[in-house]
Amino acid sequence: MRISGLGHGMGNRPVSFSFNGKHYMGVEGDTLASALLANDVHLVARSFKYHRPRGILTAGSEEPNALVTVGEGAAGDPNIRATQQDIFEGLVARSQNCWPSVDRDVMAVNDLAAPFLGAGFYYKTFMWPAPFWEKLYEPIIRRAAGLGALSGTPNTDVYEKAFAFCDLLVIGSGPAGLMAALTGARAGADVILAEEDSRMGGRLLAEVEEIDGRPAHVWAAEVIAELEALDNVRLMTRTAITGAYDQGTFSALERVSHHLPPSQSLKTAHRPRECFWRIAAKASVLAAGAIERPVAFPNNDRPGIMTAGAVRAYLNRWGVAAGERITVFANNDDAHRTARDLLAAGVHVTAVVDSRHDAPDGTGFPVIKGAVVCDTAGRRRLQSVTVRSVRGEEKIQTDCLAMSGGWNPSVHLTCHMNGRPRWNRELAAFVPVAGVVPGMQVAGAANGVFSTGGALREGAAAARAALADLGLKAQVPPLPVASEEVYRISPLWAVPGKGRAWLDFQNDVTVKDVTQAATENFRSVEHMKRYTTQGMATDQGKNSNVAALAVLADATGRSIPETGVTSFRPPFVPTSIAAMGAGGEGQGFKPRRYLTSHAAGLEQGASNTEVGLWYRASYFPKQGETNWRQSCDREVMMVRNAVGVCDVSTLGKIDIKGRDAARLLDLVYTNMFSTLKIGRVRYGLMLREDGFVMDDGTTARLGEDHYVMTTTTAAAGQVMAHLEFLTQVVRPDLDVRFTSVTDHWAQFAIAGPKARALVDGLVEETVNGDSWPFMACGEITVKGVRGRLFRISFSGEHAYEIAVPARYGDALYRALVAQAERLGGGAYGMEALNVLRIEKGFITHAEINGTVTAFDLGMQGLISKKKSCWGKALSERAGLMDEDRMQLVGLKPAGAAQDISAGAHLFDPDASVERVNDLGYVTSVGFSPTLGHMIGLAMLSAGRDRMGDTVRLVDHTRGIDTLCEVVNPVFFDPEGGRVRG
Amino acid sequence: MDDLSAKSPCEGLLPATVGGFTLREEPPTTLTLIAPYAGQEAALSAAMDAAHGLAFPAPNRTTGSGEARAVWFGRRQAVLMGPDAQPGLAAHAALTDISDGWAVVRLDGDRAEDVLARLVPVDLRPRVFQPGHTARTELRHMMASLTRVSAKSFQIMVFRSFAETLVHDVKTAMEAVAARG
Repeated sequence: MRISGLGHGMGNRPVSFSFNGKHYMGVEGDTLASALLANDVHLVARSFKYHRPRGILTAGSEEPNALVTVGEGAAGDPNIRATQQDIFEGLVARSQNCWPSVDRDVMAVNDLAAPFLGAGFYYKTFMWPAPFWEKLYEPIIRRAAGLGALSGTPNTDVYEKAFAFCDLLVIGSGPAGLMAALTGARAGADVILAEEDSRMGGRLLAEVEEIDGRPAHVWAAEVIAELEALDNVRLMTRTAITGAYDQGTFSALERVSHHLPPSQSLKTAHRPRECFWRIAAKASVLAAGAIERPVAFPNNDRPGIMTAGAVRAYLNRWGVAAGERITVFANNDDAHRTARDLLAAGVHVTAVVDSRHDAPDGTGFPVIKGAVVCDTAGRRRLQSVTVRSVRGEEKIQTDCLAMSGGWNPSVHLTCHMNGRPRWNRELAAFVPVAGVVPGMQVAGAANGVFSTGGALREGAAAARAALADLGLKAQVPPLPVASEEVYRISPLWAVPGKGRAWLDFQNDVTVKDVTQAATENFRSVEHMKRYTTQGMATDQGKNSNVAALAVLADATGRSIPETGVTSFRPPFVPTSIAAMGAGGEGQGFKPRRYLTSHAAGLEQGASNTEVGLWYRASYFPKQGETNWRQSCDREVMMVRNAVGVCDVSTLGKIDIKGRDAARLLDLVYTNMFSTLKIGRVRYGLMLREDGFVMDDGTTARLGEDHYVMTTTTAAAGQVMAHLEFLTQVVRPDLDVRFTSVTDHWAQFAIAGPKARALVDGLVEETVNGDSWPFMACGEITVKGVRGRLFRISFSGEHAYEIAVPARYGDALYRALVAQAERLGGGAYGMEALNVLRIEKGFITHAEINGTVTAFDLGMQGLISKKKSCWGKALSERAGLMDEDRMQLVGLKPAGAAQDISAGAHLFDPDASVERVNDLGYVTSVGFSPTLGHMIGLAMLSAGRDRMGDTVRLVDHTRGIDTLCEVVNPVFFDPEGGRVRG
Repeated sequence: MDDLSAKSPCEGLLPATVGGFTLREEPPTTLTLIAPYAGQEAALSAAMDAAHGLAFPAPNRTTGSGEARAVWFGRRQAVLMGPDAQPGLAAHAALTDISDGWAVVRLDGDRAEDVLARLVPVDLRPRVFQPGHTARTELRHMMASLTRVSAKSFQIMVFRSFAETLVHDVKTAMEAVAARG
């Protein structure tokens, strides 16, 4: 019910919205919760487990009941707290976890079965038969219990992540937070003031009181206006600080546009729904306030039963009375304000039921002292409460009960780095321990100081202390005059009686569930939590933790401090994965590296494959070719018979200079590079420290102190890091410098019997067997551009690699391919490259997979005996050169079935196919058009001794089981005549 | 013989303007990585001053301006941007031509740091990261060099092959900031 003349910060414009298909009117500035209450809609949700009718309990992010789905389809957002959702024109919201409707929910039958569904029910009931859990029980339970559902279609909304930095982060904008921000701002510090609500001001917006003779919310507005005008202050509303981490890092969730209608224009099409912030703050002030806790009395979960502070907030801030005849139930003085404010607004207050015999008297409303509410009635909305006192039990007709079990300081963020709060008997609450989060001061209600005057004082002092740590001297602004009301409370956790008394509304946990847990010996608070689910999930026990452990303490005969609290973990409020993973969807998951030949390749119809982050052409289909194998076979034969061109720029290229360049190479490679002649290239192998092969490649010597190393595409980054390690840690005395030039050079392989004709025709220098013998390198000029030419081969053919600065890559590639085509060749891709190198038994990281040694590869001879090298000592360990180790071999099909596959395992033909008989595995396979059958490389136990043997190849995943002959891994031109020719 | 035509790393991708932000590719220029040899830092800096009128930059700083700048590029490394490095510098440092290895773009606009706040985990507040300051950092998943050129503009460098992802990521951030109005 809206009360005219009350509320502030609201607009005048009416706003229409729909809830569960019905249209309602609200006012600009309303939350969905306040607008529903203004329309007398109290039944808004069904509970998690029992599908009990539930209403709005609170007015903030701690709301456990009023979770709704906003929007429809892919853009719908489930589990939105109605208390945090501002309404906008056309807002569509609906209740969750109910069918067919929130009014008549079929699953409410669960509530009748409640005696059987208590804590531990699932664990005891659905234990057997075991396979039933996954297939039957779990799906049914999940359907019956739960929150909102996702649409099942990809989310089209935009989310983002961002970083922010400040000197002082102030968390919360109530009296303490505003004063802290003001103090920091006036001292010249960069301040971020974060507030999870849509408006700054905290409880000052919800209470009737004065600061410096003005209404508190007016004072707040003035301070906010001053802060807003300052350059060094950043005000972040709708931003919840969700976690405190090392070194002053905080996570935060900003609800950027949940309060706005869906974007209609191009300009706002990219507006994010939420932003996940990481804020690095040199110091912080936690002024997050306190959360009011309910009292656990029988049937305390009916729509219309709310926290007393929430009833006040709806009245004072939004001008909405939560009922017509309101009863207050409390154990503290603070809740009496609710009765006073309601009375002043002209709302009927039936009584204040106070559990304390020494409760203060009321003016204009009766106070029933030493009394408790012990039952309630009303299915879809509260109708009456039963009050028990020394006079016996009496029923009071009422449509709203404002309850208060006291306030819990919001200590959550102080616990994120393993801090534990301390029990304060006087407040009957946990308060933070100073210093548990480095650089963080806690102020105001979050620190257990509940008066407004105290909060203002603490906020200023906290900021001053925080800034002092940074070496900034802050003047405390004059402290405004405000209420110094004393908080008086006498603990009341649960009221005994018939019927269920709810502790955790979101997870449907009752007092009985907690005592049951204790009875079954789940006495540790952590065990109780897991057994009952109290305080789990998105709610994180904001409303229920303290009361639940108090009940557990009582049930186990221990004190509350002895019982302890469960850990508060990040995030403080539910945080969507979409926000945390923003930017990572689709192709944003990883960057894409394109070659200079990429566009030309696409024009040729190339199909691309991903190699690490690179995109490389896998084959170039010609007209009439209907599958990749046809293209691949043609490209292989083209290289063997004419000439092929392939972009090999992805290989890592590291430019190494300095008088100790040769020493570094002798350290990193197993073989000698200091003896390499200028203008020559050498193949090298490098080991990890443990003696296993790290990478291989060629290195060219371009000058006395100048080498260019190439690495495999896969290990380019690893080798670079390895060189940094060797030069920074192992041999910092070496005077050598290196840098990656991978992207600077576009480099193309030209391979085949006609390679020389192609190269000689293009470069200005004469290229023949004398000027460019096998493994020669040097500078050349190609079509007016200075480049480099290397006579190296990864195909076994007469081949070159030509490199030019990348700006010319596209043009040179096109020229090379055009020339190759004139010579009866053309471009070849990764598939053909792979077949060509398997035919030659050349290795890639399919073979050097981190488990093989040079010995295994038959490359023991490459480990120079004349010098030491990185990894050499450990490569000589016992066992690393045993003859029965798996060794590199070639395979060719011997059985009727001609198919073999990489990843298959090898067995003796007579042995059974089981792990103990495993002799090795296949690393690479391809169809060799040169030989006319499949060929493969494999690691086979004692492989070099098995030449000519038959092995059984089994691939369970592809259903292949065939016989193979073990052969030399060099299938083609083993003498190497072609490459030197 | 017809010469090879040159393509810049961001050809066809830029410029792009969104709201008050503009992203454009810097005109191609010579980039030389200069890495001083042991004990040669002072001699190198003097030689650079004599040859190009700028000193070897301190960590996270740049020297020079306009046509010739030196940008700190990592441990014991700087990039000379603009002139061809005087060959005599090779007596003091490893000189490596990396002109074609990097995509170099410039982001302009009021509060361009708001765009970059979506991309790099670096404190870019004007009084912390001033004109002439530079950082090697990650830009989303790419390693980058970031330099504040002036109050309202930043130079961003990533490996050439990342050009398309760079443009995509920066444009996305520009759109998100502009959409907030």
